[in-house]
Amino acid sequence: MNVLQNVGIGSAINRVDGLQKVTGRARYAAEHPVPGLLHGVIVSGAIPKGRIVTLEDSEARAVPGVVEVLSHKNRPHVAWFDRSHKDMVAPPGSPFKALYDDKILFSGQPIALVIAESFEVARYAASLVRASYEVEPHNTDFHKAQAERFMPSKKRDTYHPPKNRGDADAAFAAAPVKVSAEYHLATEHHNPMEMHASTVVWEGDGSLTVFDKTQGPQNVRDYLAGVFGMSASTIRVMNPFVGGAFGSGLRPQYQVYLAVMAARMLQRSVRVVMTRQQMFTHGHRPEALQSVQLGAERDGTMTAIRNSATTSTSRYENNMEDVVIWGMMNYACENAAGEYAIAPVDTATSTDMRAPGAATGMTFFEMAVDELAYAAGIDPLEFRLKNYSETDQMNGTPFTSKALREAYAEGAEAFGWSRRSQAPRSMKEGRELVGWGVATGMWDAMFSKTSASARLSANGHLEVASAASDIGTGTYTVMTQAAADTLGLPVEQIAVRLGDSSLPKAPVEGGSWMAASVGAAVQLACRSVAEKLLSAAAKMQNSPLAGASMEAVRFSGGRIALRDDPARGVAITEVMRASGTDVIAVEETASAGISGMISQMRKSRNTHSAIFVEVRVDEELGVVRVTRVVNAVAAGRIINPKTARSQILGGVVMGISMALHEESMTDHRYGRFMNHNYAEYHVPVNADIHDIQVIFVDEPDPEVTPLGVKGLGEIGIVGTAAAVANAIFHATGKRVRALPITIDKLVDDTVAP
Amino acid sequence: MNRFSFTRANSVPEAVRAGGGADTRFLAGGTNLIDLMKENVERPSALVDINRVGLAGIEERPGGGLRLGALVSNADTAYDRRVAERYPLLACAILAGASPQLRNAATNGGNLNQRTRCYYFYDTATPCNKRNPGTGCGAIGGVNRIHAILGASPSCIATNPSDMCVALAALNATVRVTGPDGEREIAFADYHRLPGDAPQHDNTLRTGELVTAIDLPDEDFSAHHTYLKLRDRLSYAFALVSVAVALRMEGDRIAEARIALGGVAHKPWRVPAAEQALAGQPASAENFDRAAELLLRGAQGQGHNDFKIGLARRAIRRALRQAAAGTPQSQTDKRIA
Ligand SMILES: Cc1cc2nc3c(=O)[nH]c(=O)nc-3n(C[C@H](O)[C@H](O)[C@H](O)COP(=O)(O)OP(=O)(O)OC[C@H]3O[C@@H](n4cnc5c(N)ncnc54)[C@H](O)[C@@H]3O)c2cc1C
Ligand code: SF4
Repeated sequence: MNVLQNVGIGSAINRVDGLQKVTGRARYAAEHPVPGLLHGVIVSGAIPKGRIVTLEDSEARAVPGVVEVLSHKNRPHVAWFDRSHKDMVAPPGSPFKALYDDKILFSGQPIALVIAESFEVARYAASLVRASYEVEPHNTDFHKAQAERFMPSKKRDTYHPPKNRGDADAAFAAAPVKVSAEYHLATEHHNPMEMHASTVVWEGDGSLTVFDKTQGPQNVRDYLAGVFGMSASTIRVMNPFVGGAFGSGLRPQYQVYLAVMAARMLQRSVRVVMTRQQMFTHGHRPEALQSVQLGAERDGTMTAIRNSATTSTSRYENNMEDVVIWGMMNYACENAAGEYAIAPVDTATSTDMRAPGAATGMTFFEMAVDELAYAAGIDPLEFRLKNYSETDQMNGTPFTSKALREAYAEGAEAFGWSRRSQAPRSMKEGRELVGWGVATGMWDAMFSKTSASARLSANGHLEVASAASDIGTGTYTVMTQAAADTLGLPVEQIAVRLGDSSLPKAPVEGGSWMAASVGAAVQLACRSVAEKLLSAAAKMQNSPLAGASMEAVRFSGGRIALRDDPARGVAITEVMRASGTDVIAVEETASAGISGMISQMRKSRNTHSAIFVEVRVDEELGVVRVTRVVNAVAAGRIINPKTARSQILGGVVMGISMALHEESMTDHRYGRFMNHNYAEYHVPVNADIHDIQVIFVDEPDPEVTPLGVKGLGEIGIVGTAAAVANAIFHATGKRVRALPITIDKLVDDTVAP
Repeated sequence: MNRFSFTRANSVPEAVRAGGGADTRFLAGGTNLIDLMKENVERPSALVDINRVGLAGIEERPGGGLRLGALVSNADTAYDRRVAERYPLLACAILAGASPQLRNAATNGGNLNQRTRCYYFYDTATPCNKRNPGTGCGAIGGVNRIHAILGASPSCIATNPSDMCVALAALNATVRVTGPDGEREIAFADYHRLPGDAPQHDNTLRTGELVTAIDLPDEDFSAHHTYLKLRDRLSYAFALVSVAVALRMEGDRIAEARIALGGVAHKPWRVPAAEQALAGQPASAENFDRAAELLLRGAQGQGHNDFKIGLARRAIRRALRQAAAGTPQSQTDKRIA
């Protein structure tokens, strides 16, 4: 009976789309059946920079079943101006336009699309397209690119420049205890399970329905409208299910552009799916170099922070991330200076990947903090507590909440940190060196204006809808719970629609703002339904609710009843019947509002975490096993502890992956990523993942967002790689400052002869 | 992927008859061949499906030992009771490779003939002498952390990726083949070859020859063996370095030693001198070091893979210790024994 407690906000219900997913009924972008579908196969270029001289497609065209070969030579018109090709989250610069002209900007660039009646024919014919090139000098070596390091005057909208305080140079020079270290992160590709794919349905009247792998259907719709000069009302983009994305689906990818181009030209439905190899020819986490210099008093009081970083971008767009600000915000330290720039290489533009900037910058900062703790001879957790700050040190603002201290305490307790011995290599067991490491995680708690509709039918069935996306994060479930919470309906009576550009406006799914934002929008919409229901109920004959205010009633178990006397109430279906209402339909928009905007100016809003890691390293062979992880997270109110835990588990696995596995290896002679497949681009497998414990510390925060929710999609990865690296140092006594920490970096005589 | 004809052979003679063309490929489990066809690396004009030719059993050989049919799956081989009891080294090596799904599909004949995982071999936009003879070797001077440190040539520095074959080399297996010219047997050491100036040939199989079986001699190394595989994650990755060791112990002394290395050369790497140096000697750290030194004599890095030399030395030492102590490396518990 007590439905509210069972399914509403805070309850650990199963994800509502789980059954569809495990039974294969959830359809992904390349799986929607369309009669008379054509298949497009992308031909990828071989050189990193230069010009296509000849593109020979006659052999391909001669294959029976081939309908067209699209290239720069015969492509239909697309918008001329760069701004028409910019999507909502594009960084400054000139966006890549596939098949636009003969110029090659990066290796693997699409140079043709072969369209045929069957996939097999398209694939075969694609292998017959021959290109010759005029090669120009290129550079993909990020270390060399440092010579071209710069900071453009036009910044990305999401970029926050570091704000310096005190005199970091003087403080560093004077510090009795100091460390200075350079860190490097290899390029990583998102590699979600589902490859980028689009199925474009030609509706006959010139309008299009596009099933796309994206994190933002309205972003794709508006982008396509701009590129092809179409009215947005003639394009409907659908992404009801997305097989992971991690940021790779924030921007429209070139397969959707190609598929729509082909569909419009041929006036047929077209599907284009990237290969796994082609997943290495677009966005990636930028390669990064970070230099951290830290100073402290002998007692461990931090006195100087100098934090400088460079990340890679392409030659045609300037992608930027917030890399250096995190440590400057987090620690009490009077003198801090940050500096950040980008350096161009001849690859596709780097793009946001789970916790962009923080996953890189906070990880390296936390590795440096560990070094400083050791230089000062202080336990690394104690060192962090000693330099704890209740306020945002960089912006000089309070946080809406910061329960990091509680996260440290609860994490340390669960992990057994107090049993750690400080000296490296001091916790050996048999041939295994045991190491315990700690690090801090930090991410934004953002809120983004979002709309949602709610529609209650006479039979008590509720549909809530928003153009939000669920990239595996649990948006369907969050929306269900927000609705159940407000209207007290059982889950079976609630249907959620999302992943459709024609639904009420929602931002792209990224930045961990979706749960807080769409949850608030659904709550608002459902509240508006509730108000209408109550006023109808009050008008019923002999209504037990006559004159009752919203505060005086409770929606629960499909009924509206007085809080003080739950026996007195009416069923929602009864209210609908009595008032002769077929349907109540509303749409509401959740925005920060005036008070929220003022709060955003005056206060910092962040999630925090404390990560504790145990590694076991074979002394002789350098084989690392991450045997235990505790991640204690302070993220405000938790909508669903089960899906929330899954988000953190995934983040931790990705952090372990960043620490030990992921690396896109480039042959700089060819300017090409070489390990472009799942066999050689390594992510952890089951054997690499052991015990992961997730703790959510209590952090009530009514101010941060309307629901008090902070979001969890990204915080799980931030700092995790640092905790692993710090644990490896504790185990082996060796500081490895280049991620990933592969076996070659640990097999040496300093670890064991 | 290109167009090809497809025939299904119902017997070995039929397969051999159909398989005579230079551009013809036998299709077994398809876990390697189909991948390579999708990448346009293999472009056969004809495929001959051999899954119905028989050769699907494991039998006792008349004079002792076991005969493993070429079409028996890797999984069925590893979990066969006779293999697990009498040739645990082979079972361990198979289970160290790929994933359960792949081992269910992969066959013994296919495993022997699987091709290198060199990145350049797989990427038709780059040069590769093995894929397109005469185009050059992309890996030399390129990304080569997975490449050979032994037996490489200026034409090719690829490695043989198989785990199973490392054990078969150590066990002195024999490969049985049938071709247009009849049947023959190839000692395992002669089956795979070094790249030399013809890296397009991985092995000494002649055009149209079908592997029918792998014979295991009647020898017992079950008490002292190990397969130690080091890779970039704890499972489901190819070996950076692997070591198969089989020892016959007499008390504390090694009566006979077999050591084969994987992941370091174009074929499973054995050095008779290293094995002889251990014969009759106590199982001591110095002797293990000496064997490692002999095994790795002439080893040369290519830059990114320089670390393999040190890693191989340590791995050999450790594997010999594991085998001598009778504590083989578990293929499920990832702690190194
Ligand atoms: C992702 C991935 C990871 C892997 N990891 C590992 C690993 O860690 N360790 C490892 O050892 N292996 C690994 N493998 C490789 C796997 O073991 C091989 O793909 C498999 O053994 C090949 O067997 P198959 O029957 O599928 O061969 P197929 O793909 O059918 O054939 C492979 C080749 O052998 C030829 N061939 C097949 N049978 C015969 C025969 N009877 N006579 C003559 N020629 C024949 C074919 O013509 C073809 O050229 C991995 C594979 C993949 C895809
Ligand atoms: S190492 Fe061999 S397989 Fe690799 S590129 Fe060179 S020739 Fe080709």
